[in-house]
Amino acid sequence: MKTTRDRLLFAAQLIFTLLVAAFLIVPAVLSMTAGVTANYFLGIKSGLTLQWVAQVWELYYDTIFRSFLIAFSALAVTLVVGVPAAYALHLRNDRLSRAVEEIITLPLAIPGLAIALALLLTYGGFTDFRRSWLFILVGHVIFTLPFMVRSVMAVFAAIDVKTLDEGAASLGASPWRRFLDVIVPNARPGILAGSLMVVTLSLGEFNLTWMLHTPLTKTLPVGLADSYASMRLEVASAYTLVFFVMIIPLLTAMQLFAGMRANAMGTR
Amino acid sequence: MSKKTFIVLCFVPLAILVAAFFVLPMAKLVVVGASGNKGLAAYAAILLDPRYRSTLINTVLLAAATTAATLVIATISGIFLQRHHFPGRSLLIAMLTFPLAFPGVVVGFMIILLAGRQGLIGQVTQTLFNDRQVFAYSLQGLFLGYLYFSIPRVILTIMAAVEKLDPSLEEAARALGANPWRVIRDVVLPALMPAFIASGAIAFATAMGAFGTAFTLATDVDVLPMLIYTEFTLSANFATSAALSVGLGLVTWAILALARTFGGNTVAAAG
Repeated sequence: MKTTRDRLLFAAQLIFTLLVAAFLIVPAVLSMTAGVTANYFLGIKSGLTLQWVAQVWELYYDTIFRSFLIAFSALAVTLVVGVPAAYALHLRNDRLSRAVEEIITLPLAIPGLAIALALLLTYGGFTDFRRSWLFILVGHVIFTLPFMVRSVMAVFAAIDVKTLDEGAASLGASPWRRFLDVIVPNARPGILAGSLMVVTLSLGEFNLTWMLHTPLTKTLPVGLADSYASMRLEVASAYTLVFFVMIIPLLTAMQLFAGMRANAMGTR
Repeated sequence: MSKKTFIVLCFVPLAILVAAFFVLPMAKLVVVGASGNKGLAAYAAILLDPRYRSTLINTVLLAAATTAATLVIATISGIFLQRHHFPGRSLLIAMLTFPLAFPGVVVGFMIILLAGRQGLIGQVTQTLFNDRQVFAYSLQGLFLGYLYFSIPRVILTIMAAVEKLDPSLEEAARALGANPWRVIRDVVLPALMPAFIASGAIAFATAMGAFGTAFTLATDVDVLPMLIYTEFTLSANFATSAALSVGLGLVTWAILALARTFGGNTVAAAG
């Protein structure tokens, strides 16, 4: 039996939570509408337009392509390097491998600014490397690698890799064949989750990228910071809208996928 | 090829990559930090130099305030969302966690849209009180920005912890005559303490290292990441900026290590 007091408490908490959600969502909605409004100062009655999006495309299309190039390159590197490493780390599971795991996870705990500075101080003198997009890629790989490794290792911890591996070995498969035909297919959920993380994080990475970029290697978030400082609000908003359009499908896929996996594992 | 050789081979690309592009640069950073004309004293200067010290204190206070406010907000909403099921609940949860992957610069822009010169708060206060409130570029604006990226990170941890609470403990407390407030204070909050420490540490470390949001908003406010950035790019003071980043990295790492011992997950110190 609900008392009046319970109902009041429920209403108070609901209103509070709605206010918090509004704080997070209202500015995002504002930026999406501002990006397609002819004049934000006059409001939506000044009419809807795609001119700002067109202008963003004209000014910044290279940053969009470069961001995708870097994100998918980072994905390729983290897959090639991270998946075998996760397998080796899982099988060895000794002091050395735990120390390695600790080291590769460090970039999560250290601000990107510090890592970028370290890279600049070490490799800034190699001018060709410094000027190319590969310099940014290196930073993104270091930053996203732990997500791939840990995501794949989580799957290995949940399935019985050793038995699978030994079963295949008893049938005479070589280690390389076993890795490709048995281990990788079984690690697929972890690889997929890790891949979504890597691409999403790389597309949005700013802290490292701002230090590592040059005027010719701007990425989307770098261009965003640029437009926030120097462009009219409508253009900055339209650019942010483009970013949202890129990132929201990835986020949604990540949430759906996490939910699916949690259901499959029998937990909520 | 034996299995052992194969495992070693699996491991080689990672070892080379991480050694060349992380371990070596971080070692270089520590060395450069001590290479200025002050030598190792550059590290002591973080605490002794008045300008660096006041920036450090600002940053710690801002991060602490963000953490405290985030914990209070996330606890109220987290307990509510986990205990009540109503239409629209999952939409509300999605809205509260949606900004999780926003880069710090975008968070900064969200605050500009709320409290900047053409911001919503400015328009509303102009209409209501004929007094346009603009505070995006001040300490309050920065605080709002930090709150914006901290709430989604913390609320999920709190909700997961609330879900694991044993309801029979609360029933027992109620049966023994405790009023709802005492049940919350003496049963629920203590049981949530590990989640508070873990998620609070993540919020604190993230706020300490936040660069993107500060970069977009902090025109008037000195915070540590901005100081490192200006020392490096504007003053070309490599030794000081390296020493400051090593100091900052040690602090965030130590706090997150603390969080992990209480069972929290490491979340990227981005933002």
